Amino acid sequence: MPKDHGIGASSKRREDVRFLTGRGRYTDDINLRGQAYACFVRSQVAHGRLNGVNTADAEAMPGVIRVFTGADFEGIGGLPCGWQVTDRHGEVMQEPGHPVLAQGKVRHVGDPIAVVVAETYDQARDAAEAVVIDIEELEPVLDMKAALEDGAPKVHDDLTSNLCYDWGFVEENREAVNKAFETAHHVTTLELVNQRLVPNAMEPRVAIGDFDPGTEDSTLYTTSQNPHVIRLLMGAFVLGIPEHKLRVVAPDVGGGFGSKIFHYAEEAFCTFAAKQLKRPVKWTCSRSESFITDAHGRDHVTKIELALDAEGHFQAIRTETYANMGAYLSTFAPSVPTWLHGTLMAGNYKTPLIYVNVKAVFTNTVPVDAYRGAGRPEATFQLERVIDKAAREMGIDPVELRRKNFITQFPYATPVAVEYDTGDYNATLDKLLEIADVSGFESRLAESKARGKLRGLGINCYIEACGIAPSHLVGQLGARAGLYESATVRVNATGGLVVMTGSHSHGQGHETSFAQVVADMIGIDENMVEIVHGDTANTPMGMGTYGSRSLAVGGSAMVRATEKIIAKAKKIAAHLMEASPDDIELKDGAFTVAGTDKSVAWGDVTLAAYVPHNYPLEEIEPGLEETAFYDPNNFTYPAGAYACEVEVDPETGKVTIERFAAADDFGNIVNPMIVDGQVHGGIAQGIGQALLEGAAYDEYGQLLSGSYMDYAMPRADDVPFYTVDHSCQTPCTHNPLGVKGCGEAGAIGSPPAVVNAVVDALQRAGHTGVTHIDMPLTPSRVWSAMQG
Amino acid sequence: MYAFDFERPTTLDEAVAALGTEEAQALGGGQTLIPTLKQRLAGPAKLVSLTGIAELRGVCIADDGAVCIGGATPHAVVAAEAAAHYPALAALAGNIGDPAVRNRGTIGGSLANNDPSACYPAAALGSGAMIRTNIRDIAADDYFQGMFTTALEEGEIITEVRFPVPQKAAYVKFEQPASRFALTGVFVAKYADGVRVAVTGASEEGVFRWSEAEAALSSDFSAGAIAGLAVDAENMIGDLHGSPEYRAHLVKVLTGRAVTAAG
Ligand SMILES: Cc1cc2nc3c(=O)[nH]c(=O)nc-3n(C[C@H](O)[C@H](O)[C@H](O)COP(=O)(O)OP(=O)(O)OC[C@H]3O[C@@H](n4cnc5c(N)ncnc54)[C@H](O)[C@@H]3O)c2cc1C
Repeated sequence: MPKDHGIGASSKRREDVRFLTGRGRYTDDINLRGQAYACFVRSQVAHGRLNGVNTADAEAMPGVIRVFTGADFEGIGGLPCGWQVTDRHGEVMQEPGHPVLAQGKVRHVGDPIAVVVAETYDQARDAAEAVVIDIEELEPVLDMKAALEDGAPKVHDDLTSNLCYDWGFVEENREAVNKAFETAHHVTTLELVNQRLVPNAMEPRVAIGDFDPGTEDSTLYTTSQNPHVIRLLMGAFVLGIPEHKLRVVAPDVGGGFGSKIFHYAEEAFCTFAAKQLKRPVKWTCSRSESFITDAHGRDHVTKIELALDAEGHFQAIRTETYANMGAYLSTFAPSVPTWLHGTLMAGNYKTPLIYVNVKAVFTNTVPVDAYRGAGRPEATFQLERVIDKAAREMGIDPVELRRKNFITQFPYATPVAVEYDTGDYNATLDKLLEIADVSGFESRLAESKARGKLRGLGINCYIEACGIAPSHLVGQLGARAGLYESATVRVNATGGLVVMTGSHSHGQGHETSFAQVVADMIGIDENMVEIVHGDTANTPMGMGTYGSRSLAVGGSAMVRATEKIIAKAKKIAAHLMEASPDDIELKDGAFTVAGTDKSVAWGDVTLAAYVPHNYPLEEIEPGLEETAFYDPNNFTYPAGAYACEVEVDPETGKVTIERFAAADDFGNIVNPMIVDGQVHGGIAQGIGQALLEGAAYDEYGQLLSGSYMDYAMPRADDVPFYTVDHSCQTPCTHNPLGVKGCGEAGAIGSPPAVVNAVVDALQRAGHTGVTHIDMPLTPSRVWSAMQG
Repeated sequence: MYAFDFERPTTLDEAVAALGTEEAQALGGGQTLIPTLKQRLAGPAKLVSLTGIAELRGVCIADDGAVCIGGATPHAVVAAEAAAHYPALAALAGNIGDPAVRNRGTIGGSLANNDPSACYPAAALGSGAMIRTNIRDIAADDYFQGMFTTALEEGEIITEVRFPVPQKAAYVKFEQPASRFALTGVFVAKYADGVRVAVTGASEEGVFRWSEAEAALSSDFSAGAIAGLAVDAENMIGDLHGSPEYRAHLVKVLTGRAVTAAG
């Protein structure tokens, strides 16, 4: 029987009432009295020397309050980077400045140069056109390998080159790995591109700065996944506002996918300008502006080699990746191709020797940072593609080759610095073969053939490191932040609860699933629990939502705080029933004394806490409110197996996804319906990457795919009905809920499944020379591959 | 958008007069023009909406059997009302953009704009349609003059498009994945006096007729008739979505499919 409430129930998403009836309150819905509007003047060239900005004409235009330029930000901090990578030689990465408004140079199309603040947005936009910019165009740096050649133009004149870092992982393994390749029975090599993606959250970014001259308090309303992180970064590193004088509010947020983790120039600008002008300043990003200002994702160029013995056992993996940083280091950019990528290169397999080399490169493009999966999709894609290729080369069934190398003993310490706590990769693979009806593939293949279509089947596994992250570990790895999470549980006198969490929901359904957890622990109705998030003024310092961390880390903090509540409530109940606290039991919202029929209701105890007439005041304080901070001692390791079946039109190269199945092990599940939805969305995003999406620059550094006319997002008819299953559960061993996280899995596991399937279809049709096609697998690319 | 004046006349004469003023521009459904204005890529002083003029809207059948579509008729109306008379044309209109685009966008706007990837130009050229304006009739063969270029003069209004109805016809559109305009689209129509094949989306020169295929299909209206033909990739569009060679290949594939679909 599926549960109808509490942990394990598919409770309907309570937030959907407001989202689906147009009552969400997004940042752009906020309008403050006396608000002025900002319009950014942005670089239209990829690389140039900024010789002058003349604002005189613009200042004289109707409604203009002030025009800001880089000169206004001299002496003010730049946007900080939250992660410092140490390279192969023990040197720290090259870290360029990142001014709020360009100083001296522009480094990508979209780089902000000036801002007009005016009474209306149209006035600001009119005046923005009147700002005269004198730019001497420089040769743009676009190709990563060319960027590293001697004599290449430099994105940052004050750095020694365009190389951010040359990272080796694990550097001590380098020689041993090279040796293993010299003696290997078989080596499979694959070169591939994990293309640049534009995040395209449904809600574009918005920032409103506000300043109260009476109290000297600043407030920023922003589209953020982590308001406390923004408060810390912007307050401490950019504007010098102490946290107690700065409030950051991220109300309803319409999707982030990583792109709203980072601290952006527009946030700092609006907060700064509001203080200067003593008026609220609002900026709303247009979709065209999002394309050239939201941090992009992926953009890796990789060579991976897999060494195998004669039976197909993996002996060693060696990779060389060029990772595009773009023009500046976005907040967490350096961590993505390193600690979120290199540590996952073992995948689900026992490979004794692994060496990962990553060269991070500056180019005159939009900065690149974490995007759904962040590093883990890149790791999974190359690994699962090279395994498929090896299977074909060695004549081993690709499923068998994977099984042969599966890790089966847990905990398992990989050669790339992480320890998997639990998993059962055979179980998810078995489940996958069943739900994908793999045994029926041959007959579907015959049926496709009869219609003149090619058909292929792609299967792969994936693992990810989620529940980000153990602070002690990430601190050693270069994080400049802790990655715990927090929760305050406030019980009201009449028994209802408000849970204030540092996690942030921007589509994930926290208000529903978090309430399920707390209600379940106490045994009360979910509707008695309210979840509050997104405002630094009323939530404890938390690190926000990304990296599939909210339930595993934020939920664990909630559990710890609720445990404290229950412990205290038991003391109160014991006093009321004149019993020992040790004998008190809490079940279904009532406290009982073991072995007696004595009982007090939850509400009696909560009332006593706030009306302490009959109360052990000498032993405990009145009130019922507790806070907990939870810092995990390991990552969590969701894993699973995905299968994709495609049809390819041999005449046009068009790929259609006919079937898609996902068997995931997320550990324990709080709300199966929400988990289904997270997986569905992730797979759609992965299919988008595999078949449709791709940011392309021309030779001048102009974004060719700068709008939906050329950047193809997946639509409903691009994706099939999915078969998803999460019944294989090996609970996480180190968090109190036993949960692993499910937000990114779909986007990590699906791209290789699609590409494996297309290559399989082509191979079966006799195109034996086609061993790989780079994403997105557009009809044109697939057709070209078939032409040989 | 820059500020502009707006007029919504109810007669053609008023519209012609309004368009006679400095920097006035016709507005059909606005599906192309409004996004251009929003991006500030155009700044007309005045927009003259044609959608309030009853005589420019609707579908009717002429005495000679031609399907006549008012210049300000939205795609959705064509999809519904031309279906019984010219199914291939109605199907083409019914597959442009999404419902919002089809309920606003007009045939006159599409033909005036002559986007190299638009669908209607293929139907007009493939049907040998007559484009009627407030001052003259223009044969489709004379009307299309390259990407975004037509025979229309400043201020000239498309009032009607007359499509002779073929014995058989079909339009096959291969969608560009992002915009879902035609990456390449082929309109094939078989008339008593021969076959016309019009190709959109493929050429740097905009919509064009593939005369070799027309000749082959006029003597044998079957997909096999064009098997021996090849399309030259020279002058084909090459972009993110497909190389010139790919487009040249698609022209042939889609022509064959259109012939098969026409039956
Ligand atoms: C999301 C989207 C998807 C689309 N998909 C497709 C597609 O798949 N296939 C396709 O073919 N098209 C597509 N379109 C374009 C659509 O068909 C437009 O409606 C059409 O191109 C322009 O028609 P309109 O009436 O909106 O013209 P407007 O945008 O109003 O005007 C366009 C131009 O034509 C001029 N004009 C308008 N009416 C007349 C007239 N009667 N006489 C003379 N000049 C006139 C205007 O002055 C302007 O220069 C799409 C558009 C959108 C927004």
